[in-house]
Amino acid sequence: MKFIKYLLVGIVFGIVMAKSEAISWYRIQEMFRFQAFHMYGIIGTAVVLGVIGVALIKKFKLRDISGNPIVFYPKNKSIARYLIGGSIFGLGWALSGACPGPMVVNIGYGFLTFAIVLVFATVGTYLYGAIKDKLPH
Amino acid sequence: MIEFLIQPWSWWFSGLVISSIMFLLLFFGKSFGFSANLRTMCSIAGAGKKVKFFDFDWKKQTWNLVFLVGAIIGGFIANQFLSPDDYAVAISENTISDLSKLGFEAPTSIQPSELFSNENAFSLKGFLILSIGGLLVGFGARYAGGCTSGHAISGISDLQIPSMIAVVGFFLGGLIMTFGIIPLIFG
Repeated sequence: MKFIKYLLVGIVFGIVMAKSEAISWYRIQEMFRFQAFHMYGIIGTAVVLGVIGVALIKKFKLRDISGNPIVFYPKNKSIARYLIGGSIFGLGWALSGACPGPMVVNIGYGFLTFAIVLVFATVGTYLYGAIKDKLPH
Repeated sequence: MIEFLIQPWSWWFSGLVISSIMFLLLFFGKSFGFSANLRTMCSIAGAGKKVKFFDFDWKKQTWNLVFLVGAIIGGFIANQFLSPDDYAVAISENTISDLSKLGFEAPTSIQPSELFSNENAFSLKGFLILSIGGLLVGFGARYAGGCTSGHAISGISDLQIPSMIAVVGFFLGGLIMTFGIIPLIFG
């Protein structure tokens, strides 16, 4: 039962990603061609509210549901890792029109061919794990 | 009310809900990062026996898998109950015109059948596009340490420089694919 809240939040996530068309390959193409504000509006709104909210959490030292302080861990410093990894991700994002969240929302929406994309994304994750020590980080 | 739900939802509402989800997860003591699920799935499949990166206590990520299942259900609900029958994405005329030069017809649904129809997925070219797209996303997300939710939303909300670099990478790769490679594939 303790997991039901995550199921509900996931459902809301899936509905809103689909209803705002963020799962659409067309919308991702439109974004990378800078031909509409739509996707920038979605990500921009989330980021602006996110920055404000995170700042407030830190300022007032808010705690989570079990009473532990909400902490943010700084990510490891690197340029190569984020730039190269990010670029590889971007190549796939523009080609398949979906990052990992929208992949599964698309499957639920009825585009079952996204199961192929998801399976190979998992294979890609495995490949990274298998050769990560040989890559610049 | 029904009409309001059935029409496409605005960008600001979507952004508001996405940031609310990030805060809810923080409040639950978790952090919003969808691609971590791909690593978890590798571990469940037994990858931890061969590769150390997958040898971790994946049960702590169960909540995230439940979130994933919710996202699938959400997609189903959006299509079954919250969308009109003949619904096409209203993308910009410029995008329609650019895509038509690559052989894509104007949208008749939320996804192009040229890429995501069953028929296309079982052609060699179609299968390669879907599988290579997935491979790049999965490999790149883990290499960069996160995807759109982990870096572009959560990381930048915390003003983390690594996330900003990752998002620059997302766009670098996206632009190379859109303007350099997609014209070669479909041109």
